[in-house]
Amino acid sequence: MPKIIINNKEIEFEEGMTVLQACELAGEEIPRFCYHERLSIAGNCRMCLVEMEKSPKPIASCAMPATEGMKIKTNTSLVDKARKGVMEFLLANHPLDCPVCDQGGECDLQDQSLFYGLDSSRYTESKRQVDEKYMGPLIKTQMTRCIHCTRCIRFATEVAGIPELGATGRGEDMEITTYLEKSMESELSANVIDLCPVGALTSKPYAFEARPWELKKTETIDVMDAVGSNIRVDSYGWEVKRVLPRINEDINEEWISDKTRYSCDGLLKQRLDTPLIRENGKLQKTSWDIALKLLIKKINLFKPDQIAGMVGDLADLEMIYSFKSFFNNILRSENLECRNDRIYINPKERMNYIFNSKINGIEESDLILLVGTNPRLEATILNARIRKAYVKNQIKIYSIGDPGDLTYPCEYLGSSTSIIKEILSGSNKISEKIKKSKKPIIILGESSLYGEKGKYIFESLKSFLEENNFLKEDWNALNVLSQQASRVGAIDLEAYSISEENNFKFFDKLHNNEFKFIYLLGQDNINFEKNDKFIVYQGSHGDKGAEIADIILPGAAYTEKDGLFINLEGKLQRAYKASYPPGDAREDWVIFKDLSNIMNKKSEYNNIQKLKELIKKSVNLKINKNNIKTNKVDFVEENILIKPMDYYYTNPISRASKVMSECRQISKKFLFTGVEKAS
Amino acid sequence: MSVKKISKTQPELFEFTQDNLKKVRKEIDKYPKDRKASAVIALLYLVQNQNDNWIPLVAIKYVANLLNMPYIKVFEVATFYSMFNLTPVGKYFVQVCTTTPCMIRGANKLTTICKNLISKNQNELSENKLCSWMEVECLGACVNAPMMQINQDYFEDLDENKTKEIFETILNDQFPKPGSAKNRKNNAPENGKTTLLEVKNA
Repeated sequence: MPKIIINNKEIEFEEGMTVLQACELAGEEIPRFCYHERLSIAGNCRMCLVEMEKSPKPIASCAMPATEGMKIKTNTSLVDKARKGVMEFLLANHPLDCPVCDQGGECDLQDQSLFYGLDSSRYTESKRQVDEKYMGPLIKTQMTRCIHCTRCIRFATEVAGIPELGATGRGEDMEITTYLEKSMESELSANVIDLCPVGALTSKPYAFEARPWELKKTETIDVMDAVGSNIRVDSYGWEVKRVLPRINEDINEEWISDKTRYSCDGLLKQRLDTPLIRENGKLQKTSWDIALKLLIKKINLFKPDQIAGMVGDLADLEMIYSFKSFFNNILRSENLECRNDRIYINPKERMNYIFNSKINGIEESDLILLVGTNPRLEATILNARIRKAYVKNQIKIYSIGDPGDLTYPCEYLGSSTSIIKEILSGSNKISEKIKKSKKPIIILGESSLYGEKGKYIFESLKSFLEENNFLKEDWNALNVLSQQASRVGAIDLEAYSISEENNFKFFDKLHNNEFKFIYLLGQDNINFEKNDKFIVYQGSHGDKGAEIADIILPGAAYTEKDGLFINLEGKLQRAYKASYPPGDAREDWVIFKDLSNIMNKKSEYNNIQKLKELIKKSVNLKINKNNIKTNKVDFVEENILIKPMDYYYTNPISRASKVMSECRQISKKFLFTGVEKAS
Repeated sequence: MSVKKISKTQPELFEFTQDNLKKVRKEIDKYPKDRKASAVIALLYLVQNQNDNWIPLVAIKYVANLLNMPYIKVFEVATFYSMFNLTPVGKYFVQVCTTTPCMIRGANKLTTICKNLISKNQNELSENKLCSWMEVECLGACVNAPMMQINQDYFEDLDENKTKEIFETILNDQFPKPGSAKNRKNNAPENGKTTLLEVKNA
């Protein structure tokens, strides 16, 4: 490895590193504004100046490639003076409004001016004035604060794939704006707020809410989609003020989607904070005692066969396990279902329902085939990875079913199951390409597994991959893209009711009105008629489930309890409690424990530790199960239509959020992104 | 500096003429297929030539679609270069040089005439909407100062009468003869050659 001398200390660095990166290896901190690890190099803020031997002027370390034998100095008076000079220029036009700026306390400019700023300004002319720009409901702009680092432009163009931001004018007149100030049309747009090193782009919903040092920070897991992005929840007392990304190279790098970030105001609205009972068509407040006793009285009226339970999208493993244990051991009912619609699953081995190639693996792939999925909406962060792979390796991406604009070019193959038949028989050109590629990825979306065709598509593509040796330990090309945070975990815990011949047993019974008592565990995406069913809803928000319920039991939302989640890759992650449930609401497993106690039946667990042990045991059981062959399946001719998804309205929390409603309104106005097609 | 304010009145349609489309093809062909965007400046120039010296927003979209670029990227280019106008400047766009050599030779007289004959302020259309004027920095013809540029042509060695004459011509929608008002050839000495007398074409 080549060597570089930094402050008289010799260190080794990797080929292709910049001087700045080498300095960091040597433990020297270099101030910077425009440089960012995940974006291209711009070199326009000049804050990272260092001294290089034989160079008459200081050099911008972020843009200078490190070479063998370079002698760099970062602590000389020349460097200090140069950086102070740069800082003085940056501050010349920067307003002194830190006391009213939302970035205060977490501002790069503020922090660095502590070391390189002068005590007073020599600039006596009037400061630059820039109009506020409109960038949509999420991003608040204060462009006089902008120091033109262009991080936001590079993010929008490179990572989000939405080249909508740009710098107009030049010199003193340079301004960052979207084209004619339309709102930024990306599901990742709010990440520019984190990227902005100053207070030019701040969060609109969080404006003037709190100072960073007042907030309690909890590192936890997101549940808005199945990706399981790592987040930090900042709360002030009970209120969750904001959600920020946390770095996890394997999952979300350091981005999160707008839904993850801004659904949090939904945690304050539409909350269920007391048990409710429906009397004469009207919901009445009541106590836990009365509600639970009524619930047990009703349960005793029905046979176990008539009792069914549905697990919602945001449920953690504790919820699912205690629910299942309550149903199987106490109610003696097997009618549990985690799906909300007829989506084919094959839970015989674990690879059948997870994302086997791993999110990280997308970058290594050389061919991606999307089947009935729009990853941009179904798993925004995963889509950003696909885009990253496309930008890095120019990989080819094909789609069966028309996904629309995915922020990268994607060849549309058609939308019929007969294309899959062609692929199997080898008459489609894709067939050969998949066989030739080293690390292909096939992503099956929910839309492709929906209904009768699901079984054919899944099993035949699986056997196709198996024949071509793509289901190996080191590379598994079979991927199922779940949309719900609870889905993989629920399948691991066997919260489904299927039989060998009928994958949709539960739904057939449901629509034949065989169930008389339905227990909804946070399940709000329901599509059945109430009729004469008795419905219990247990969850955090007054949404579709609560609307039809006869008994409502208030539960905790995802930020209000410790919980385990398994993301779409099958990775077990732990979420932590940032806040506490409002009013009389309780954590869900406690409710089931109480129910068993009232019924005088012993539950499997007494405390949360025991529950967690049980969960881990049954999840491990599942992980070790594999190598089960399936029989041949019959061809089903059907169209693969990617179900339109109401991106900002997928779960009760985002439906309760005001910010999400605003985003939804705006996204309806603009159908296309990037290069606008209809105007 | 040019006018970077976006005009409030915008035409609804812009399309290149057949002639210009041929030129567009030629410009695009200069670059590799996946580097089409390189032709953006040339295309914006053609837009300006065709559209009375200014670029409307529809033309920005039109060029962006031709070159497969995001709108904002074309917009960035159009706002960056001072030779692109985003507001109507008239069919005859007068740029008067007021940098030191021209100023010493009486550029201020020229701007006064502009104020009297064309419009009171810079970047304002004349009454008949045919022309506008603005002060610019050095246009590189100091030897023939004072001078001004109308569209693509230089008018040099100007005095008050000659300037008035030129302005009257353009206000009548006719293009005056460019070049030196004193009939100098390029920037040859004003009173005839003094050196290289024996060389014929010097």
